[in-house]
Amino acid sequence: MIDREQVLHVARLARLRLAEDELEPMARELSSVLDHVARIGELDLEKVPPTAHVIEVSGRLRADEPEPCLARELALSQAPAVRDEGFLVPSPQA
Amino acid sequence: MSATDPIELSAAGAARAIAAGELAAGELIAAYHARAARDRLNCFTWLPDAPPPPPPPASAGGGLGGVPLAVKDLFCTEGVPSQSGSKILEGYLPPYTATAVRRLQDAGAVLLGKTNQDEFAMGSSNENSAYGPVLNPWDPTRVPGGSSGGSAAAVAAGLAPWALGTDTGGSIRQPAALCGIVGLKPTYGAVSRYGMIAFASSLDQAGPLTRDVTDAALLLRAMVGERDRRDATSLDFPGEIELPSAESLQGVRLGVPAGLADAGVEPGVLTAFERAVALAEGELKATVNAEIELPHAPYGLAAYYILAPAEASSNLARFDGVRYGLRAEDGDDLLGMYTSTRHDGFGAEVKRRIMLGTYALSSGYYDAYYGRAQRVRTKIVEDFRAAFQKVDFILTPTTPGVAFELGEKTSDPWAMYLSDYFTVPMSLAGIPAISIPCGLGEGGLPVGLQICGPAFSESRLLDVAHALEKSLRFDASGARS
Repeated sequence: MIDREQVLHVARLARLRLAEDELEPMARELSSVLDHVARIGELDLEKVPPTAHVIEVSGRLRADEPEPCLARELALSQAPAVRDEGFLVPSPQA
Repeated sequence: MSATDPIELSAAGAARAIAAGELAAGELIAAYHARAARDRLNCFTWLPDAPPPPPPPASAGGGLGGVPLAVKDLFCTEGVPSQSGSKILEGYLPPYTATAVRRLQDAGAVLLGKTNQDEFAMGSSNENSAYGPVLNPWDPTRVPGGSSGGSAAAVAAGLAPWALGTDTGGSIRQPAALCGIVGLKPTYGAVSRYGMIAFASSLDQAGPLTRDVTDAALLLRAMVGERDRRDATSLDFPGEIELPSAESLQGVRLGVPAGLADAGVEPGVLTAFERAVALAEGELKATVNAEIELPHAPYGLAAYYILAPAEASSNLARFDGVRYGLRAEDGDDLLGMYTSTRHDGFGAEVKRRIMLGTYALSSGYYDAYYGRAQRVRTKIVEDFRAAFQKVDFILTPTTPGVAFELGEKTSDPWAMYLSDYFTVPMSLAGIPAISIPCGLGEGGLPVGLQICGPAFSESRLLDVAHALEKSLRFDASGARS
């Protein structure tokens, strides 16, 4: 079972603020889903390698050649706040 | 509608009529734009004010010559809102276009509009969209499925000739089944993911939602090809997608998993499925092996709901109020701005999956959840590999039930996740799978037949689906009334 403290801990890791009234439903729903997924614990997987990629691919590297990238003004065009030539964010220690 | 109404033509038929000079592309585009503008199912999150212009004649050789295409919201389209069904991306105008969309445009497709979806493709009912649910054209009190619900409903209702969707655990096939149309998830890597707003990168694949199998083949043909150097997991597609022509399945070995009757399938769905299998074996002369063992498939859903949220929690870290989209103004320092932006911008299901994924990847739990799920994935890959030694293709129902009522499963996440029971194993194995309508089940609602095959078997898979489609004679008119 996931409790309130664990929910707050995971939310901190996920950089997600949860409102007071979201905590209890989140704890309950995560616990319920984890109960269901726990059934993979029934399987003997000792000698089974994990799958990271389903289709066999050998490392195909492209030539490392400089080419134009996204123009600065385009990269900045969708930002909520911009100053000079960069993204503007609140001060870390405000 | 008159018999000459261009809306009645399949997309392939319309493309042929345009190429033959019997139909003006502009007329077709205007007809669909007018229908889409009158949409009462909430299929679209963006439509242009006026019908878009037909493509330049230079792209006429691409085979799609001017047929309009509805595109799921999560594909980046330059200068056109691409919000992935989320409030956190409200009004986002990407500076570039997704490779899959670009290739279709190069072949002559015209962007008709962007379609509604579950937020970040997380959902099986389209009820998780920040822009409201999509309604099922067969019965507007029911869901169209998800996450590509807008694409599926628009095609079924005749608001678009065809549409582009994405499938992570069933998000093309499940809504196609619930709306009575065709939906294909290609082999993982067949279609570039560049410009698709990511959900779970090891599973996400783009594919067609269409009225018939020939249209699916035509659309897929223009999406695959040479690998995209902007997507490190994309692959050169071996050969070209052929347009399907099979009318018999003689010499084709089909498999049906053992124990389907005990898998919680609705009686009406099982009846429609069994009729399709009987037609394949009888009229179409396929060989059917009804005792195929996929021993780890029942664990697929559990593994999927660890792996997909884990990947999502990582992919969605980028939404932090800095470079695009929403920024909450009440955070008084950098960390506060991040956490408030994510609180305000994400919906309940997305928060749930971020939390689930972060938990499964966190210190002390990684091996028990993520590590084990990756090993289950290996077993599922091996199950399919062994099964394809015995048979060429495997058939299942696409979903355990027909379209459910709005709100019916929103309070119980696992009940909703069970909609993906039959579609998730193929996603985990990276193999292609198609859903075609095979009859009507409970409440006179459509039932989907899922056919899957080995990696890169798309052309033969489409051929099998085409033969079955001819023999099933599904009546899709119930979505147009």
